[in-house]
Amino acid sequence: MNENKITNILVAGIGGQGVMTAAEVLSQTALSQGFDVKKTEVAGMAQRGGVVTSHVRFGAQVLSPAIPPGEADILVGFEPAEALRWISHLRPTGVAMINTTRQEPPVVSLGLYDYPEDPIGEIAATGIEYHAFDAGAIARELGNFKLVNTVMLGAISELLPFPAEVLKNEILDRFRGRKPELVEINDKAFELGRKASAEH
Amino acid sequence: MSAVPPLAENHRRFMSGNEAVARGAWEAGCNVAAAYPGTPSTEILEYASQLPDMYSEWSINEKVSLEVAIGASLAGSRSLCAMKHVGLNVASDALMSQTLAGVGAGLVIAVADDVGLSSSQNEQDSRFWGRFAHVPVLEPADAQEAFDYTKRAFEISEQFNTPVILRLTTRICHVKGVVTFGNRTSFSKAEGFVKDPGRYIMTPGIAKKRLPMMFEREAEMQRYSEVCDLNVIEEGSDSRIGFITSGPTYMHVKEAYPNAAVIKLGLSYPVPFAKIRELATQVDQLVIAEEVEPILETELKAAGIELLGKEILPRIGELSPNVLRPAISKLLGEEAPEVAPTKTPIEIKPPVARIDPATGIDVFPRPPTMCVACPHLGIYYCLSKIRNTTISGDIGCYTLGAGHPWNALDTTICMGASMGIAHGLDKGRVEADKDKKIIAVIGDSTFMHMGMQGLLDITYNKGNVTILLLDNRAVGMTGGQDNPASGRDIHGQDAMKIDFRKLCEALGVKPERIHEVNPYELPSLFTALRDEVKIPEPSVIITNQPCVLIDFYGAQPAFTVDDDKCTGCGNCLDIGCPAILVTRRETVIKPNGSEKELAFVKIESGACTGCDLCPKTCGPDAILPLADYIRQ
Ligand SMILES: Cc1ncc(C[n+]2csc(CCOP(=O)(O)OP(=O)(O)O)c2C)c(N)n1
Ligand code: SF4
Ligand code: SF4
Ligand code: SF4
Repeated sequence: MNENKITNILVAGIGGQGVMTAAEVLSQTALSQGFDVKKTEVAGMAQRGGVVTSHVRFGAQVLSPAIPPGEADILVGFEPAEALRWISHLRPTGVAMINTTRQEPPVVSLGLYDYPEDPIGEIAATGIEYHAFDAGAIARELGNFKLVNTVMLGAISELLPFPAEVLKNEILDRFRGRKPELVEINDKAFELGRKASAEH
Repeated sequence: MSAVPPLAENHRRFMSGNEAVARGAWEAGCNVAAAYPGTPSTEILEYASQLPDMYSEWSINEKVSLEVAIGASLAGSRSLCAMKHVGLNVASDALMSQTLAGVGAGLVIAVADDVGLSSSQNEQDSRFWGRFAHVPVLEPADAQEAFDYTKRAFEISEQFNTPVILRLTTRICHVKGVVTFGNRTSFSKAEGFVKDPGRYIMTPGIAKKRLPMMFEREAEMQRYSEVCDLNVIEEGSDSRIGFITSGPTYMHVKEAYPNAAVIKLGLSYPVPFAKIRELATQVDQLVIAEEVEPILETELKAAGIELLGKEILPRIGELSPNVLRPAISKLLGEEAPEVAPTKTPIEIKPPVARIDPATGIDVFPRPPTMCVACPHLGIYYCLSKIRNTTISGDIGCYTLGAGHPWNALDTTICMGASMGIAHGLDKGRVEADKDKKIIAVIGDSTFMHMGMQGLLDITYNKGNVTILLLDNRAVGMTGGQDNPASGRDIHGQDAMKIDFRKLCEALGVKPERIHEVNPYELPSLFTALRDEVKIPEPSVIITNQPCVLIDFYGAQPAFTVDDDKCTGCGNCLDIGCPAILVTRRETVIKPNGSEKELAFVKIESGACTGCDLCPKTCGPDAILPLADYIRQ
């Protein structure tokens, strides 16, 4: 690894899933570790059920904000079909972290398109390293679907060029001030995500 | 949105380009900031409104926002207006004359181009306005520069007595980077407004006298552009190729070709021809990377500078490194880099399914949809059931009514156009369409932006259009900003609340032709619509329920589907609520031998807000409140 190495993380999901927040937390953590960071936010119409991606890039100096196809180190897929959609954005040595909770869009409900039968199988067939588990179920068991975000961050926490604890603290800090009652549950969500990625 | 930025000196913070523009204006002592929302520029004013000691407003449209900024500038205050690219089309009338008058204090127009078309009706290039209006164009390349250049733009505006265009693109507005910032300086002209009719009364006689001033100013700025520190040559160790860049293309080029010589045009208009010639002498081949039109390219070629541009680079969309690399490799006679498919878009452009060029993987498209329980759903359900209509639509969340399952719009052009187009469809109808009902659909914000004049035209000219005015008390499309329909200002404080009934009456619609309806009550909606299309006079049906994303909306307990009662008729799917999902499909043979497709459904209880719309479409009463279902 050369010293100018830039870490590229692509977070992909659907409007409303917390893709932007996950990317923001990753960016802030990288910033706190002394990296230069750039992050794209593509909002707008995407809020309403559309595809949302956020590109996070950090290193000594980051120029272009978008991760070129084939150069992402980590793909955080908040939904299996979305992970499949973006899988070729990973470099061959990259890792995909995938939430297996499916979300069908109306175009599938209306019978206009088919949902892929086995998105994870298709991802496996590309030969790329991946970890797939039901982050949605973990969040639901903890009683709050919004925790998917924290579960997924916990899941990638061992893949980053800084300690997992630093990322966790960044997340918990966001709650410590405003919603202290949510600190403990986010801590749990983070650890469950970390554990799940190790097991899958 | 993030909290109020800290006010301490020499701070560093992670900010978006939009936030940086607001912060830059504030530090430059800007006193007045005005905008009409529009992606990707909306957050500029959202951030500006959080900063102390600076007046900010949501204006009613972009033209007014520019006029407010002009007035403030003449009054001696530095002023900013912000808009998306198409906004400047609307505001251009003011710009084209104000450029002759010049400014009082600094006047900056931040205009954001939607390069890549993530949410707009076109991909136009705002740099043209610099040429058209003879005003300078500044192009920051990232968030830090968005901050620096905004401050600088005020100085340039005053130095040359001109409005200044700060040209942004989505990759500036919505990209966050580390920005170092300082403190607010106060600025205002002590003398205030100075009467100067020879400048400010733009009659033909005065305009004629001002024209030479404008061209002298442009020549002077051109000389400045040659020497100014915003336009710099960065020498490179690889002399085979040199790039001309501005705005985000600078970052893309530096990333892809770190060793190439580059000229970075921070002040891209007027064009520093001599400086570009200087770069031409240093390299074997000059290439211009500009987003999106070949504007500079044409001008440079006309000036006799040899270079390549759109012959090798695409004219549509972003020139990101993965777009640049294959084109440049070919030029240099090198093998194209391996993993760089040329056509992979950064974002999905619905509704086309994306077949990945690298893997051949094919995933369904996921176009944006209306929200669960959106008050527009019932309207489109009705419109999709009424036959023999031509429906002119407008711009807003309700444009999605053109898609599945409703397919209920026939035109969408630009903001406010639904009115005039409907009137034209009526007046221009030929024999074949003589019984067609002409309907126009427009949102509250769009109506106030540019629709009201169209309605006046309809009533004045004895038109026959049924207008659906969808008042959801917000600018939904751009994130639910306040407006006169919400009765709150940019800070969320109480403000005048518009009375659409009175407004439409004042615009000439007969009181008995104006109906207020609850868009969740399908029967009354249907009745109003059916009755009004029959009457050959202008009528307005105003809906009165809020956007579900704003605080006026109150969610109710969820509904569920009783599997034993659901016959799979699929009626509820015609509502288009994303909380209704198909569980299985079946094909049955009816007694008469024809085939029928059945779709059995469920309701995602976590998403359903209990708006009570879909139960009204269900014959067998299979959709029940979740609580009743459990009680059963
Ligand atoms: C000239 C121009 N300015 C701004 C926009 C961005 N824009 C698109 S729709 C819209 C307003 C939509 O509000 P409304 O009409 O109330 O409909 P809603 O989205 O709430 O349904 C705006 C600001 C645009 N497309 N064109
Ligand atoms: S944002 Fe509001 S108006 Fe737009 S689709 Fe959602 S509910 Fe409807
Ligand atoms: S309308 Fe009623 S019966 Fe028909 S599919 Fe929907 S829930 Fe089932
Ligand atoms: S009641 Fe029906 S239409 Fe309304 S939110 Fe629930 S599922 Fe959607």
